[in-house]
Amino acid sequence: MSKANIAFYWAASCGGCEIAVLDINEKILDIIEKANILMWPVAMDTKYEDLKKMKDKSIDVCFFNGAIRTSENEELAHLLRKKSKILVAFGSCAHEGCIPALANLFNKKLIFDRAYQETETTVNKENTLPMTSFDVKEGEIHIPEFYDTVKTLDQVVEVDYYLPGCPPTPNIVEDAFNKFLTGDLPPKGAVLAPVKALCDECPRKKKDKTIETIYRVYEKEADPEKCFLDQGIICMGPATRSGCGHQCIKGNMPCTGCFGKTPEVNDQGAKMISALASVLAVENEIELDEKKVEELISKIKDPVGTFYRYSLASSFIKRKVIK
Amino acid sequence: MDTNSSSPRVGVFVCHCGSNIAGTVDVEKVAQEISKMEGVAYAGSYIYMCSDPGQKLMRETIEKEKLDRIVVAACSPTLHEKTFRINSKNAGLNPYQCEISNIREHCSWVHEDKAKATEKAIKITKSIVEKVKNDSSLTDIEVPITKKAVVIGGGVAGIQAALDIANGGYKTYLVERDSSIGGKMAKLSETFPTLDCSQCILTPKMVEAANHPNIELLTYSEVENVSGYLGNFKVKIKKKPTSVKWDICTGCGDCYPKCPVKVPSEFQEGLAKRTAIYTPFPQAVPNKPVIDRENCLYYQKGICKICEKICKIGAIDFEMQEEIVEVDAGAIVVATGYQEYPLQNLSDYGGGRYPNVISGLKFERLLSASGPTGGQVLRPSDGKPVKDVVFVQCAGSRDIEEHKPYCSKICCMYTAKHAMLFKHKVHDGNAYVFYIDVRTAGKDYEEFYYRTTEEDHALYTRGKVSKIFEDGDKVVVWGVDTLTGKKVEIRADLAVLATAIEPSSGIMELKQKLKVSVDENGFLKEAHPKLRPVESMTSGIFFAGAAQGPKDIPESVSQAGAAASKVLSMFSADFLHKEPLICEINEDVCSGCGICIMLCPYGALEAEITTKDNKETKRSKLNEALCQGCGTCSSACPSGAATMRNDISKNMFKMIEVILE
Ligand SMILES: Cc1cc2nc3c(=O)[nH]c(=O)nc-3n(C[C@H](O)[C@H](O)[C@H](O)COP(=O)(O)OP(=O)(O)OC[C@H]3O[C@@H](n4cnc5c(N)ncnc54)[C@H](O)[C@@H]3O)c2cc1C
Ligand code: SF4
Ligand code: SF4
Ligand code: SF4
Ligand code: SF4
Repeated sequence: MSKANIAFYWAASCGGCEIAVLDINEKILDIIEKANILMWPVAMDTKYEDLKKMKDKSIDVCFFNGAIRTSENEELAHLLRKKSKILVAFGSCAHEGCIPALANLFNKKLIFDRAYQETETTVNKENTLPMTSFDVKEGEIHIPEFYDTVKTLDQVVEVDYYLPGCPPTPNIVEDAFNKFLTGDLPPKGAVLAPVKALCDECPRKKKDKTIETIYRVYEKEADPEKCFLDQGIICMGPATRSGCGHQCIKGNMPCTGCFGKTPEVNDQGAKMISALASVLAVENEIELDEKKVEELISKIKDPVGTFYRYSLASSFIKRKVIK
Repeated sequence: MDTNSSSPRVGVFVCHCGSNIAGTVDVEKVAQEISKMEGVAYAGSYIYMCSDPGQKLMRETIEKEKLDRIVVAACSPTLHEKTFRINSKNAGLNPYQCEISNIREHCSWVHEDKAKATEKAIKITKSIVEKVKNDSSLTDIEVPITKKAVVIGGGVAGIQAALDIANGGYKTYLVERDSSIGGKMAKLSETFPTLDCSQCILTPKMVEAANHPNIELLTYSEVENVSGYLGNFKVKIKKKPTSVKWDICTGCGDCYPKCPVKVPSEFQEGLAKRTAIYTPFPQAVPNKPVIDRENCLYYQKGICKICEKICKIGAIDFEMQEEIVEVDAGAIVVATGYQEYPLQNLSDYGGGRYPNVISGLKFERLLSASGPTGGQVLRPSDGKPVKDVVFVQCAGSRDIEEHKPYCSKICCMYTAKHAMLFKHKVHDGNAYVFYIDVRTAGKDYEEFYYRTTEEDHALYTRGKVSKIFEDGDKVVVWGVDTLTGKKVEIRADLAVLATAIEPSSGIMELKQKLKVSVDENGFLKEAHPKLRPVESMTSGIFFAGAAQGPKDIPESVSQAGAAASKVLSMFSADFLHKEPLICEINEDVCSGCGICIMLCPYGALEAEITTKDNKETKRSKLNEALCQGCGTCSSACPSGAATMRNDISKNMFKMIEVILE
C-alpha cells in the first residue's frame, strides 16, 4: 500500500492542538511509517507557494486546527479544502470556535481599542493600529485582515470530520488516525467521539438532580466521589460529548464542555442553561420569590464563559450584536 | 412502521368553515400555493371539512391520490384534531400522521385584511406540512386496568357516584372523613324546588350504599397518599382510630347518653350538644359511634371510661391505633363537597359575634324536624320564637374586593326556600330578603321563587345590606333599596346570611396528593369547562358535586352520574388506549445524568441502574403509562436523549424556514 499524504495546519488557535498530535507519543512513529507529512507548521517549514503548487486533492487527510479569525485563516481554509480529499476540523477552535470565539462578544474596533490603546501597559500616542496594507521603503506590505467575527471552520468551507476537544485527547487522536489510515470511516460529518454525554463515563456517584445553590470551584472543596452538580458546582458534563477519559473530573475539576454538544442537541449552552434552570432549587421552588431567584442566578458568574466557553461561534447566537 | 424514508405524499385539505375562514382567507389560493410544495401530492378545499361529506371527500381523496399523511387547514386542533385523526385512520392512515393547521382561531378570526390573512394561512399551513412530513407513524399505548374505583367524599355526590359504579358491577371504596356518610344534604330540612324532606330522600341512598355488596365504606378515613396512574392507582387510606370496635359494636346507643362530656354538635351547627362518644346524627351510616379524643375525659385527663363500663360487649377500645390500608384502583372520583364561608369573615354583618346572626345551614337545622328545636324557628340567643327574619343573599359572594368573586349559585334558591318554609311555620311572621339579583335558572325554580313571593308573601328588597348590629334583643339590618334609592332599616329577631360556599377544607392537600389542579377559588379544575366538565387534567381522576364548583343537589347528582359513567366506560375495556404522543428516552444517548428524573410532575421517570463488568450504568427509564407528554423532561435533558414523539423540535428549523420564505 502506498503511503498516505497527510497535512496539518493551524489557524486561530493557541498552538496546543499542534502539540496534541505529539501527545500520542511514540505512536507518532507508526504514523510516519504509514504516511507522508506534507505540511506541519510547528515542525516543518512549508511555504504558501509550495501548497498552492500541489495538485488538487493531493492531500489525503488534512487536520486543520484553529478558528477563522483573519483573512489568512480563511484563505488557507479554502486552499486546503481544495488540496485535500478529507478535511478534518481538529480541536475545539476549528470545531466550534472555542476560546478565540469568545471575542465575538466584541468586534474588531473594540478589540483593537483595548489591545492597542486601553491596556494598562500600552503607550500609543500616535494611535497606531494594524492596517491591511502600508508602504515601506521596500514596497507595499500586506497583512491579513482581522475580522469582526470568529468563525468555525465549517462556517467557511465544507468539513468532513471533526475531532473535538481543547485539545483533542491522545486516545481520540490515535483512534482517528487509525480510522483514516485504515479507511474504516463513519458517515461524513461525524464527530469522531462517542455520542453519549460525559456523565456516562464519569465514575462519580450521581443523585437524581435537585440543586439547592451554586458554588464556584474555589468556594468549596469538592468531594471527589460525588457528582459535581450534586455538590452545586456547575459541571458541563451532562451537556458535553464524552470520550475525553474524564480527565478534568479525575483532577477534581468539573467539565467545562470542550468536547462540545452531543449529536441530538442544537446548542450546548442553551441546553445546559435549560437543564440547570430546571433543576435549580426545584425542591423549594414555591418559596422562591423573584428576588431570591435573582440572587440564585447571580451566583453564576460569567454565564457566556460558563455555558458557551467553547461553543459560542457555533451556537445559535454566534456573537453579540454591537450597535 | 415508519414511512419517513420513502418520499411522503402529503394531502392538504383546506376548510372554508362556511365563511368563518373563507370570509377572510382566500382558501383556493391557500390550496393552490400549498400544492406547489415538495411532497404535497394533493391540496384542495371544501366548505365544511368536518361534515359528513367533507370527511367522505377526505377519505376518497386519500385513496385516490394514495396519500400517506395529511394536513387539515381548519379550526383549532382542540376542536377537531380528534375527528380528523379518526377519519384518516378510517381511511387507512396512521392517525398521528394527520396534523391540523389552525387557520381559523390563529388567522381568519383575528384578521381583517384578506390578502394578508391569506398569506398568513399559507405560511401556517406550509409549516405544518413540514411537520407532518417528519411525523412518525405511532401506535396507541395499551395500559391494563384495575377495575375498582375509589370515591373520595361521602356526600350525596360521592354516594351517587359510588352507587352507580357499584351497580355497574365494580368494587368501589367510598372514603369519607366523617364517621358517617351523608354530607351536607343530611343536615338540610326540606329541599327546593319540591320541598322533599332531605333526610327522607337521602337516607335510603346511604343505607343502599352501606349494604351494597360492591361498596366498601371507609368512613372516618382520609386519603393519605396516591401513586400510580390511570387504570393503576394505588391509594393509601388512613383509617382514623374510632376507639370503638365497629366489627362488634351493635350500634345499640347505650353508651352515649352516659358520657359526661357535652360539646357543641357539628351536625346541629352548634345549636345542640353532643357527647364525646357519639354518632353525628341518629340516622348515621354506619350507625356506630366514635370517641372524639380531643374532648374525651380519658384521653385528656386519664379518667372516666364510663362508656367502657356501659358497653356490654366490650366494643370500646381506648388503645386503638390508626390504620393504613392500601387499595388498588383504576379510577378515582373526587366528591369532597363544600363548606360555608366562615361567618366571622362577615364582620360588617356581625358574623360570628351575634348569636342571632346565623348561616344558612344553621337555619336549616332550625327548620328541620330532626333539629334541636323540633322544627320550630326559635332564636339561638334566648329560644324565643322568631317573628321577623331578614335573609341576606350574596353574603360574601360576588364581592371581588373583600370576599369571593363568584356567585355561590345555590343561595338564591335556598333563601327562597328558607323564606317560604319560615312563612309556612310562622304565618304571621315577616320574611325580608335582601338580594342583588335573584337567579332562578333551573327546572321549576322560577315557579318556586314565584310561590315564595306571590303566595307566601316574602318581602324582597333589591339592595345590599351595609350593616347589621344588635340593639337590645333585636338585630337591626341597614340596607339600601337600590330600586328606590331609599335607606331601609329592619328590626328583626333573626338574620340569616346566605354565606358564600367554598371548597371543603383540606382540598389543597388533597389536590397535591392527587396531582390535580384547582381554580383560583380552590374548586377542582376540570379538564375542559364545557366539553370535559367531570374529568380532571390527570387521566383517571374525575370530579363530582360541589367540590368542582357550587352546585345544588340535582346538579351534584347528575354530575356524579356523569363521573360514574366515565369510570364505567373506562372499565368496559380490559386495556386503556393511550395517545402515544409522549416522551421517549433514547437509551443510546441518555448519559444517566439524572437531571430529568425529579422533574417529571407525573413521576413517570425513574433512575435505572445496571451493573455490567463492575461498572454501574445509570439510565433514565420511562413508564409510558404515567407519562402525560408534558415535555418537561425533554426541555431539561441536556443531551437530547429525552424527546417528545412527533414533536416539532426535529425539524423546527425547516418549519421556521418556510414561514420566513
Ligand atoms: C343552607 C343550604 C341549603 C341548601 N338547600 C338545598 C336544597 O334545598 N336543594 C338543593 O338541591 N341543594 C341545596 N343545597 C346544596 C347542597 O347542600 C349541595 O348541593 C350538596 O350537598 C352537594 O353535595 P356534595 O356531595 O357535592 O358535597 P357535600 O354535601 O359537601 O359532601 C362532601 C362530603 O365529602 C366529605 N369530605 C370532604 N373532604 C374530604 C376529604 N378530604 N376526604 C374524605 N372526605 C371528605 C365531607 O365530609 C362530606 O361528607 C343547600 C346548601 C346550603 C348551604
Ligand atoms: S455532571 Fe459532571 S461530575 Fe456529575 S456525573 Fe456528569 S460529568 Fe460527572
Ligand atoms: S359501643 Fe357498645 S354501648 Fe356503645 S353503641 Fe356500641 S355496642 Fe352499644
Ligand atoms: S414528558 Fe412530562 S410526563 Fe412525560 S416523562 Fe417527561 S416530564 Fe414526565
Ligand atoms: S436528562 Fe437526559 S441524559 Fe440525563 S438522565 Fe434524563 S434522559 Fe438521560
